[in-house]
Formats: sequence, structure tokens, C-alpha cells
Amino acid sequence: MDIKSEIENIINNSEVCLFMKGVPEAPQCGFSMTVSNILKNLNVNYKAINVLENEEIRNGIKVYSDWPTIPQLYIKGEFVGGCDIIKEMFEKGELKELLKAKNLI
Amino acid sequence: MPLPIEEIKELITSSIPDATIEIKDLAGDSNHYSAKISSKVFNGISKIEQHKLVYKSLKGKMGNELHALSITTEGK
Repeated sequence: MDIKSEIENIINNSEVCLFMKGVPEAPQCGFSMTVSNILKNLNVNYKAINVLENEEIRNGIKVYSDWPTIPQLYIKGEFVGGCDIIKEMFEKGELKELLKAKNLI
Repeated sequence: MPLPIEEIKELITSSIPDATIEIKDLAGDSNHYSAKISSKVFNGISKIEQHKLVYKSLKGKMGNELHALSITTEGK
């Protein structure tokens, strides 16, 4: 399977997916920690993919979304944003609304 | 490799000429920045598209020479 199909599989098989550096219990980068803490705060179930364990996914996800940085959050197959956007959405209450609207919390 | 503030501003302005840019060196190491950018080109497009325009103006430096640039964008 090529990397694009592998990424599509991951994104389509979990309603909320976070591509991050490290794992939620031990993030390896402050930006990844911020987003995983936000998701924990909102009590949403999510699948975390540690890109540091897979160089192909690490590069592939950047190409997939045309977005140069990690973390990247996907909700129901759609790229929602990186750390700055997620933080802003969280602070404005928009992320909670989006997750509620999609019946994820 | 660190990227000086002036160089970041020049890169952004070369793609987004009307941009008003405010950059802070968060750690004093020329490697962790936050940037507040406003421009007319951001009017009416999504946050993702706005940030992509900024990333594109940095010509592949984001995620490479430039590790940490937190971005806030708004229209004008």
C-alpha cells in the first residue's frame, strides 16, 4: 500500500486523529502537547499517531494536507488545523462546537 | 539554522505585499517566533488557507530552518 492510501486509511478509520510527535502521555514537542492537552480537556476520544515512529508518515502527512508542520488534527476525515488554529478554535469555543455538532462529545 | 526576524518579514512581504507583520522572538534564540499577520488577502478565506499562504511565502523554510513559528492571521 502506498503512503497516501495508508494515511487515508488511518484518517477514515478514526473519527478524530491527531498526528503528533510523541504520544499523548509523553509528547515530544510543545505544539503536539498543546493539541493533545486540548483534546484531553474536551474529553474527546482520539487516535494519536506518533510520526516520530514512522518517517514515511511524518513526511507523507505534510504532503497529504499541503501543511508543513506537525501536529495535524483530522476530524471525520477532514484536516482541521495545526497547533495555532486548534488553539484559537479551542479558546473561542469553536472546537467544542464542532465536536458537538459531529456528535463526538 | 536560525532565521532572523527581518528575513522572515521580507519573505512574507514578498508574497503578501500589504501584510502588517508583528514578530516576537519568544526564546531569544532566533528559532522560536510568534507572528501576527494581517492582510487583505486573508479576507473571506479559511484559517487553514490563511496559514497556508503564510507558509508558502516562507518558501519551504517552515518545518526546516524555521522550527517554531506560531501564526495568528486576520483580514484587513
